[in-house]
Amino acid sequence: MNFKLRIWRQADSKSNGKLVEYSISDVNPDMSFLEMMDVLNDRLVKEGQEPVAFDHDCREGICGMCSMYINGRAHGPMKLSTTCQLYMRNFEDGETITIEPFRSAAFPVIKDLSVDRTAFDRIIAAGGYVGVSTGQAQDANAIPIEKHHADMAMDAAACIGCGACVAACKNSSAMLFVSAKVSHLALLPQGQAERKTRVLNMVEQMDEEGFGSCTNTYACEAECPKGISVTNIARLNREYIKASFSGD
Amino acid sequence: MDQIITDMALDSKIPAGPLADKWTNYKNKVKLVNPANKRKLEIIVVGTGLAGASAAATLAELGYKVKSFCFQDSPRRAHSIAAQGGINAAKNYKNDGDSVYRLFYDTVKGGDFRSREANVHRLAEVSVNIIDQCVAQGVPFAREYGGLLDNRSFGGAQVSRTFYARGQTGQQLLLGAYQALERQIGLGNVKQYSRHEMLDLVVIDGKARGIIARDLVTGELERHFGHAVLLCTGGYGNVFFLSTNAMGSNVTAAWKAYKKGAYFANPCYTQIHPTCIPVSGDYQSKLTLMSESLRNDGRVWVPKTQADAQAIREGRKKPTDIAEGDRDYYLERKYPSFGNLAPRDISSRSAKEACDDGRGVGKTGLAVYLDFADAIKRLGRDVIEARYGNLFEMYHHITNEDPYEVPMRIYPAVHYTMGGIWVDYELMTSVPGLYALGEANFSDHGANRLGASALMQGLADGYFVIPYTIGSYLSGEIFTQAIPTDHPAFEEAEKNVRDRISTLLSINGKRSVDDFHKELGKIMWDHCGMARNAEGLTKARTMIRELRDEFWKDVKVTGTADSFNPDLEKAARVADFLELGELMVLDALNRNESCGGHFRTEYQTEEGEAQRNDEQYTYVAAWQFNGLDNDPTMHKEELIYENVQLAVRSYK
Repeated sequence: MNFKLRIWRQADSKSNGKLVEYSISDVNPDMSFLEMMDVLNDRLVKEGQEPVAFDHDCREGICGMCSMYINGRAHGPMKLSTTCQLYMRNFEDGETITIEPFRSAAFPVIKDLSVDRTAFDRIIAAGGYVGVSTGQAQDANAIPIEKHHADMAMDAAACIGCGACVAACKNSSAMLFVSAKVSHLALLPQGQAERKTRVLNMVEQMDEEGFGSCTNTYACEAECPKGISVTNIARLNREYIKASFSGD
Repeated sequence: MDQIITDMALDSKIPAGPLADKWTNYKNKVKLVNPANKRKLEIIVVGTGLAGASAAATLAELGYKVKSFCFQDSPRRAHSIAAQGGINAAKNYKNDGDSVYRLFYDTVKGGDFRSREANVHRLAEVSVNIIDQCVAQGVPFAREYGGLLDNRSFGGAQVSRTFYARGQTGQQLLLGAYQALERQIGLGNVKQYSRHEMLDLVVIDGKARGIIARDLVTGELERHFGHAVLLCTGGYGNVFFLSTNAMGSNVTAAWKAYKKGAYFANPCYTQIHPTCIPVSGDYQSKLTLMSESLRNDGRVWVPKTQADAQAIREGRKKPTDIAEGDRDYYLERKYPSFGNLAPRDISSRSAKEACDDGRGVGKTGLAVYLDFADAIKRLGRDVIEARYGNLFEMYHHITNEDPYEVPMRIYPAVHYTMGGIWVDYELMTSVPGLYALGEANFSDHGANRLGASALMQGLADGYFVIPYTIGSYLSGEIFTQAIPTDHPAFEEAEKNVRDRISTLLSINGKRSVDDFHKELGKIMWDHCGMARNAEGLTKARTMIRELRDEFWKDVKVTGTADSFNPDLEKAARVADFLELGELMVLDALNRNESCGGHFRTEYQTEEGEAQRNDEQYTYVAAWQFNGLDNDPTMHKEELIYENVQLAVRSYK
């Protein structure tokens, strides 16, 4: 297969970037998208050019490190897939593929396709945990948890923190990410003690990082590689309102 | 190889007393550090996987000042996140006869009697606390309808002791540890340095006192002081280029420590995992694991005849065309009591044997089937989907084949390294003040790790071992003031790092870093992989040396030192792999026996099983660096089995 690639090149966070065209041929349809990028980079290195910087690590769709906005979609055209799990057979031979970084004011570009997503870490640090220090735990089976609730908590906890939800949202809202963590912990008995402070602190930090508001377009859910549902956002809103107005 | 010496100074510090009491006695007597002094002591933790994140969080909870480093953009992305199947614990919630002793015994036997009894027993003891801790953090383990925790079976065990969170157990455990770490970051007890890579260890007066780290975004070299340094930097499987490790997983931090005096133990012990998606082409950048849990329900087979196998390879027959009687379910045939749940080393070797015998399937002939047809018939598609849905999906994504309809094709791939930095019972390396935790150390898995035990060990080391054992050292450091980083040892370490980086950038040769990495990987796989022999290993050593020389003459690294430069990061890591590879080969050559993942073709039984030589090789080989031009010195730690009888490891 042959492709024309238009790739966002930007030297660092302060420079202006632009789309640069490359062509690539003899691509095997069973190659992953990132392997295609490896082949391009190997060629660029041998030609003495700087390879395209992009984030990636596990290449199994779980670490959340890969990003890329491909043909106008976070993680490309496949549903429920990260960029690393995308294969060239998912594209048409001869196609022009436009590759950009995840764009959001809260995710500044570091170089080319790499962005800084540490805002997510700061949101978790603000309250996305159960405040239990090592050694304080009781026996694991002391609290039975209804399977249905445990499963729903797991659905929310499956978030990989990649930021596709932010990149897909016209408002750069991080509500899906925040709501997934709030839901995971609000659905479990272990999360009850800090339930109110957690949601208030996480939302406050989210706003401070410069993420936008949610206007219910559901683009986040559509592009989430892990299928995190927007019902979590509804839960986040309920949790936030309850926490804001409760009397104690 | 004439410098092999047994060193009495290699003290494993195993506490006296009966096995089951050692850890309790140790904890009762270990020196403590009072809270006011803890505030004055700084600890550097490198790596934020299960071992690193749990250690950093717990030490900060205790009141130490912690600096945490990871090369990824967030601590949550460390490669522990990719562990799928589960975590073992001797809870005996299933009432199926499990106990701390059985988990201990299974682990020692699984490791082919090459691990340290006292460490393994401690691991089994604290396994139960890990599950309690993780549940308290909100880790959403799988549950039964009654609301209590569910378990499944893993290889090498006849009980169900594996806790799991769908096929994402590592992710959920790591997020638990990451959240505990972020809590401490939020409280100001930990300072996090993401996108930072440790590039050297600073040793002052024989003690580890800090690190040189490169800020990967700006390229700036930084000096960091610590009263103690913890390496939680994972394994070195990427020396093979193709492995199930993440692309960034590397040996650099551990290797720098080795070059600064930390002994490297049993480097040849590599785990080749039996169930990975087979290689499909030259462009391939990594291999994907299919969880061992699949072997609870999947049956492994190849055709009985070479003719059928050939017909499948050529596309003339489909697997479903092969009648039941014409299939060889070789694990069930050879190991009836463990069947498809035979341990990893044995299952991998059996797959290789079947393929070497011309009965492999897939286009390349380097694959065997993992078939769920029986399980789907017995349990229904829904049940299989609930158990393994995400794994089936992942397989489908990658191969474009639907495993509900056709059997999965699998082949062994490099997955884990049992070898690592030598540590004593306290997890301290041979450099005082330097510790190694998790996969980075060598201690608990012997020559072969059982499934679902890596997560257990990482969290045991971080949550429940190091918080106690580090007091033994730090209680003697309470009068040590923070050493200013303009100390000559920091100057020198930084200069060495700077020089190495500028050398890499100045070679300006013709070959890319990946070119060299792939060539090294092929040498390692061909000669130091699933089967090894003296001839191949000897040849490999020369080949690695030549390749290393060529690397330093002809590698092309683009970009600059003072910018975000992934090409440079990779080059520095591959340069270290090119040194490590030689040590692995040397260690494999020295060990004239087969044990666990180390299979020397010269040493096998008539049935083709690994043949240990307990008389001569019941020891840990801990290598000391003597400069690249000299052979390293080997120090032996004799393994003393007081509780377990060394036996032929049988799973028949």
